[in-house]
Amino acid sequence: MAPGQREFVLADAAGAGSDVLQALAAAGEDNLGWANGTAVHSRRCTWLDTFDWRLYRAGLTLEQVISGGHADLVLTGRDGAVVAAQRLQAGFMPGWPRRAAELPAGPLQAALEPITGLRALAPVVRATSKVAELQALNSDAKTIARLAVDRVAVTFPARSTLPARLTLVPVRGYQAQADKVGRAIGGLPGVVARRDSVLEAALAAAGCRPGEVPGKAAGIQLAPSMPAARALAQILTALLDAMEANVPGTLRDIDTEFLHDLRIAVRWTRSALKLCGDALPGGLASQYGPEFRWLGDVTTPTRDLDVFLLGYPAMAASLIGAEPAELIPFRDHLARSRAAAYRRLVTGLRSARFARLGTSWRAALADVRPARRPAVAQLADAKISAAHRKALRAGSRITPASPSESLHDLRKRCKELRYLVEMFGSLHDPAQRWQAVRELKALQDCLGEFQDAEVQRTEIRAFAAQMMAERTAPAETLLAMGEIAASLADAQASARAKFDGRFADFAGPASQRRMAALARTAAA
Amino acid sequence: MKIFATYNIKGGVGKTATAVNIGYLAAREGYRVLLWDLDPQGAASFLFRIKPRVKGGGKALIRGRRALDDAIKGTDFDGLDLLPADFTYRHLDLVLDAAKQPAKRLASLLAPLRAEYDVVVLDCPPSISLLSESVLHAADLLLVPLIPTTLSVRTLDQLTDFVGGFNGHRPEILAFFSMLDRRKKLHAEILRDLPAQRSDVATAAIPAMSLIEQMSVQRAPVTAFAPRTAAARHYRDLWQEARERAQLPAPRA
Repeated sequence: MAPGQREFVLADAAGAGSDVLQALAAAGEDNLGWANGTAVHSRRCTWLDTFDWRLYRAGLTLEQVISGGHADLVLTGRDGAVVAAQRLQAGFMPGWPRRAAELPAGPLQAALEPITGLRALAPVVRATSKVAELQALNSDAKTIARLAVDRVAVTFPARSTLPARLTLVPVRGYQAQADKVGRAIGGLPGVVARRDSVLEAALAAAGCRPGEVPGKAAGIQLAPSMPAARALAQILTALLDAMEANVPGTLRDIDTEFLHDLRIAVRWTRSALKLCGDALPGGLASQYGPEFRWLGDVTTPTRDLDVFLLGYPAMAASLIGAEPAELIPFRDHLARSRAAAYRRLVTGLRSARFARLGTSWRAALADVRPARRPAVAQLADAKISAAHRKALRAGSRITPASPSESLHDLRKRCKELRYLVEMFGSLHDPAQRWQAVRELKALQDCLGEFQDAEVQRTEIRAFAAQMMAERTAPAETLLAMGEIAASLADAQASARAKFDGRFADFAGPASQRRMAALARTAAA
Repeated sequence: MKIFATYNIKGGVGKTATAVNIGYLAAREGYRVLLWDLDPQGAASFLFRIKPRVKGGGKALIRGRRALDDAIKGTDFDGLDLLPADFTYRHLDLVLDAAKQPAKRLASLLAPLRAEYDVVVLDCPPSISLLSESVLHAADLLLVPLIPTTLSVRTLDQLTDFVGGFNGHRPEILAFFSMLDRRKKLHAEILRDLPAQRSDVATAAIPAMSLIEQMSVQRAPVTAFAPRTAAARHYRDLWQEARERAQLPAPRA
């Protein structure tokens, strides 16, 4: 923003659609004149963000402006200062959505990539804008300020016309005279100081709230005395919202996080039904449990292959004996397998079964008529305590001779405990919750490393067999895959070596006290 | 930042017209330009409709009591700012004389503007003085308008000798013919021969044209109000040569 710049909105009465120059004729001093400046120029503007508003939450705005045959991408901070900008080369007019990693290398990409990560940038608002410029002239006919009159028509997410927006920029050295003009404009009937950006105004006109991601079950505020069934219905409805919100992005394959978040909502739903289903009216959990299991199964193959493909660059870079190029047939095989799995996923998500599941599940949750007891706090206490006991029992049975399955089983118990703590999170003090799950998180990380390495090792063997059968595996590729399997075995062994210490911390008296205290706060 | 200066000991040879036109052309190309009207007559300030007045006068600027950038005014053209003239500039020699290292004072005053401007154009008053010496020390390229006469070529030689005697930084000189009248045999001969013989004389030349005189009526550079005319083309050619001679990097995107 230029020094001394002032911004206004020209409401209808002051000339939206009429001659702004006429409306402003009265503004300013006796010796002040107005002249038309540069000709009206049109711009097409697209504001971009990730589905979960990473840029907005980081206080940044990314705008693509197409004007006069040029396309510029401009990243600004909350104060309007440009953080990074890039003029896109002719011939590189990116289609959106697109990941920051796919933009031309430069300061803009460097600023965006750490914030957006795996998420793609997609349009959140599109608008066309016609900007006319007026010049405020002093008695020497010298320009002392420029007034841009910007008429914005929003075309996405909903069509609307914003009130004309005025930006008065003083010419350097004429601040005092320009201030008088600004005060006079501000005093005109129907002219108000502008508070919001075009992006914010366009989103407000479309009824969208920036920063809002649908279906965050962890963010639901529960009152301790709320009937448990009603609280669960709220949580499960939020999870259904999250599933449905992530379906379009999954179907358009915008980025891998849509499917990931869809799966998280499904997993939470399944755990809630499994662990707390008895608090819901009879039959709901047993009726819908298998359906969500089906949905989870539909999504698993694509996600597993996404994980492989996302980890591929690191995998190739970690090779010591083999060359990264030797692994390329494996990457191609992964990509082909992913395309096939994705087609099956799309079929599942477009099926009548999935449509029915969403509709009937929402109706069933809306229909929940809760009994007064138990209250959600009592339910949370009982379920967290039970899940904690189960995890301790499963972990204490593990010995150095235990098979991988027992660690996998413990991982599932730990996940269930974590889901419950997060799901009922609003009943607990956030600091206390963080303390309580500290050791649980560390244990989960260790079990995750162990299990992921185990699964990937098994899958690499299966991929190798498939590639052999398809005759798409040169010997050097199989050797490179063998090297990766070996390093996964190393990673698994190192995770296994850490396990005893991590479990001892989790099962230790301090950790148990913190978890028990958490359960008590919920019930209090 | 490159510093260009239009300089000639004589008045009325086209220094100001050149300064405002090359300043405007540089800004049009995307450079951030500051034009300093050092002439107390304030012709460049007048052309840009800016009052020839600096708070505290030249003394405050030269003594550094008032930051240079407080006195800068925006012109009506994007990217082109002006440091206006002030009638007190007629005493700048005295002020400079009292300053430390007077010959290098202008260069040190301009140094902090390096981050803000790509191009500075100094429009000098016609004189041989401590001020002009300070300008010669600050400039990277001296644009010297010459009326095509034998005498003015002699003046150019004197200037070249004078600058050649500087220790350290020496400005490059690019003389060009100004107020050229091709109907005059002498003008035509000098224009034909001299640029071929001397590398410090530009091939571009500015003819005497009524449209250039119109600048004081229009109060704008001819390259702005009549960009498609021969007068504007001559200034563009001169700017092109000056920019190349000064090795000015391309403007930032």
